Amino acid sequence: MPGNFDVKYVAHLARIALTPAEEEQFGAQLSNILGYIEKLNQLDVSQIEPTAHAVPLLNVFRHDEIRPSLPQAEALRNAPATANGLFLVPKIVE
Amino acid sequence: MTVTAMLNQLTTWELAAKLGRREVSARQVMQACLDRIERVEGQVHAFISYDAADALEQADAADRELAGGTTGKPLLGIPIGIKDVLAVRGQPLNCGSKILGQFISPYSATVIDKLRQAGAIVFGRLNMDEFAMGSSTENSAFGVTHNPWDTGRIPGGSSGGSAAAVAADECIAALGSDTGGSIRQPAALCGCVGLKPTYGRVSRYGLVAFASSLDQIGPLAKDVRDAALVLGAISGPDPRDSTCVPSPVPDYAAALDGRIKGLKLGLAKEYMIGGLDPAVGAAVQSAVRQYEKLGAEIVEISLPHTDFAVAAYYIIATAEASANLARFDGIRYGLRVEGGDPIDLYCKTRGAGFGAEVKRRIILGAYVLSSGYYDAYYLRAQKVRTLIRRDFLDAFGKVDAIITPTSPTAAFKVGEKAGDPLQMYLSDIFTISCNLAGICGLSLPCGFTASPKLPIGLQLLGKPFGEETLLKLAHAYEQSTPWHKAKPPLAE
Repeated sequence: MPGNFDVKYVAHLARIALTPAEEEQFGAQLSNILGYIEKLNQLDVSQIEPTAHAVPLLNVFRHDEIRPSLPQAEALRNAPATANGLFLVPKIVE
Repeated sequence: MTVTAMLNQLTTWELAAKLGRREVSARQVMQACLDRIERVEGQVHAFISYDAADALEQADAADRELAGGTTGKPLLGIPIGIKDVLAVRGQPLNCGSKILGQFISPYSATVIDKLRQAGAIVFGRLNMDEFAMGSSTENSAFGVTHNPWDTGRIPGGSSGGSAAAVAADECIAALGSDTGGSIRQPAALCGCVGLKPTYGRVSRYGLVAFASSLDQIGPLAKDVRDAALVLGAISGPDPRDSTCVPSPVPDYAAALDGRIKGLKLGLAKEYMIGGLDPAVGAAVQSAVRQYEKLGAEIVEISLPHTDFAVAAYYIIATAEASANLARFDGIRYGLRVEGGDPIDLYCKTRGAGFGAEVKRRIILGAYVLSSGYYDAYYLRAQKVRTLIRRDFLDAFGKVDAIITPTSPTAAFKVGEKAGDPLQMYLSDIFTISCNLAGICGLSLPCGFTASPKLPIGLQLLGKPFGEETLLKLAHAYEQSTPWHKAKPPLAE
């Protein structure tokens, strides 16, 4: 609903901090885009099945074999903070 | 400068012949590209970075193989530029964004492994709109890429660096990715050939995901034969991408036999839109007449849901993006901005790391998936997608390919559309349906605007896994016209 689009609330759902200037700018731009998207309501799709993707492939299996994977040091190499071979994160529980 | 010194201007197939006969070395070819970059990159800015020493080492390795005689490797010693969205082990990967920080890829994309198996020199990090979101390459955290035909204009996007580098002869061919036109539109605006393969033709393992049901990797090249050669090298099934279809890869270059007599080309009446630049319309009309002269039959077709494609696309693509880009949270890699608790850390990191267009699209995607709106937006868009796909499958019952402009206008000026995202989205009108329908599409040069002289792109849309027919049609037109031989007027 473009009229009551709450950009601050949705940005928080998406875990993005916005500046007040961004809130104002994105709010207006996204209302405009949502207004345009409303045109899909012109179509009757009640009898139409949705398409999630265009290739009719189902259940692609491979053999369940043990293979080499990314070594721990490599996996941690791009981390912003590590300790004892683990990712360091802020405290979650007191 | 002698003709033999301008090796960087040649195509992959011309260079492969010269390299095979040992007339030139891979080092000379690579050096010619590096020299060209030295002279024009200040005006173009196609690359975020490149490692000249590594590229020359790869060239020397190719020369050692060439010294041993026939290798059967179709791209041996050919420098191919890589869009900054594809992982190359040991090289930086930024997706045109600040949020990846100093990220170095711990593994290579399957297409990179395949290029190496074909002998290519894997070269450089080509600029792009951040996370492939954009149509101008203005949304890069690493600066704007400029169109080699007029450096006051954008190169298109999101694979703008790939298109500009190929058009400016800074590399011989390049890889890009296409979610709604991101290979074909910059190819059109820079005057090169760009191919979006059918969904499932090329493995996406090692491609940073934008919209997983739409993304494909494909070539940007100086001519159709090069596009065919690179496509052949990167296609085929991959156990690491379950959406990649296990069907054999044809010899695409073998399809370029000029035999298009009797092939049927569809002209969609819905594509004659109001916003079409008259110069673009005239160039496409004259391409249609050229196809008739070459023996193809032109058939009027209808794609009745065309007008709904952009709206459906910006729901589906943003919804998928909001999920895919959730991984950039400041925990395991890239930028981290500390916060009082994990949620504060996520919000601050993503607020600081993402650019405006990426934020807009993630927020839009989160909204259309949110409780109460899912059915109204996301599910409805998926149903409209069914109608769009059906339009194409119906049309392909009557024709072998569909002919359209690639973009409604030639390259626009830097900054011209930057303040109005909806106007930018609407410029994708001709390319977006192809991704929604999962078919293949190709853009090739079909003329120029008068003043300033800017390239115009012709788009051919083909059946699922119909790349051979598409390339055959494109090649026949290209070989009967002069457009692909024109070079941009860059001062050295």
